[in-house]
Amino acid sequence: MWASILVASFGTYIEKLIGYMLPHRMLERESIRRMTGLLPISLLAALVAVQTFALNQTLVIDARVFGLGVAVVALMLRAPFLVVIIVAATSTAIVRWLGWLP
Amino acid sequence: MAGKRSGRQTAADTRSIDRNALGIGIATGAYALSFGAISVASGLSVLQTQTLSLFMFTGASQFAFVGVVGAGGGAVIAIVTALLLGARNSLYALSMGPVLSSKKKAIPLTALLTIDESTAMALRYNESKKASRRAFFATGISVYVFWNIGTAFGSLGASALSDPGVLGLDAAIPAGFLALLWPRLTGGSTSENRKMWALAITSAAVAISLIPFLRPGLPVLFSALVAVAASVLWGKKSRPIERN
Repeated sequence: MWASILVASFGTYIEKLIGYMLPHRMLERESIRRMTGLLPISLLAALVAVQTFALNQTLVIDARVFGLGVAVVALMLRAPFLVVIIVAATSTAIVRWLGWLP
Repeated sequence: MAGKRSGRQTAADTRSIDRNALGIGIATGAYALSFGAISVASGLSVLQTQTLSLFMFTGASQFAFVGVVGAGGGAVIAIVTALLLGARNSLYALSMGPVLSSKKKAIPLTALLTIDESTAMALRYNESKKASRRAFFATGISVYVFWNIGTAFGSLGASALSDPGVLGLDAAIPAGFLALLWPRLTGGSTSENRKMWALAITSAAVAISLIPFLRPGLPVLFSALVAVAASVLWGKKSRPIERN
């Protein structure tokens, strides 16, 4: 675990550092700009989906779905980050405690 | 107005920059609380969690790293996912270089502070280089401090619990990713937002459909191909317009 933490931290730091070393004109490459802009959207959306529906390698519908729905509502109401997280976690815990969803 | 003031920076400007930087720091610090808690719930120690906040210091990559580890995706996939999410920081650094024109000695620290928030603030206060620099470093330092304090409290708090699952922390993880994603889906023009929603939904669908067939973590990596495809597709479409 420690090795992967250090490698990942070093790698993400080098990503930042490398931007100050490369020539500025790289920014003019439209394809690079577009790609780095779109990557986080795909990855974050996939992470939302997987962290909601996956239990190891099976697809499940459990209380997390409810929590995510509550998070969507909170975001639409422009709630701050921490509120979104807290209402998602709390509503999931309540649904589980009531025995509505596993 | 802005032109007249360029190159100069009043005390009021500096105060407003610092106040905003502090506010952003406190907000992300609150978010770091949940990162700390989720990281410990995913199986990392308090010290490992803090190491990520001190040295990786880029929220989405940190969340992704602990998310993949927690789901049993393994080290390599966790590292690659974190790096893919961190690629945008290279772009930020590339655009900040000429604005900040830091001395060689200062670059290692400047690089560490290059994140979404500091870059956005530097671009917002672009009336002068001095204001941009002030906004970048005030925000970067403020977020760094609060991010690490929040992480510490979150991880220590969660490690005091016997079973974090009881508190619905497993649902806090996708909610956290969604909160990171949301501004990218709602921040642009209507047609832009529609494109981003299409990309997000397609990526999510690809990842979900791959869950039964691939080991944890890999479905997310495959979804990156959707971004590549979209980039090629939309690039072709927009090219004739750019030439005009």
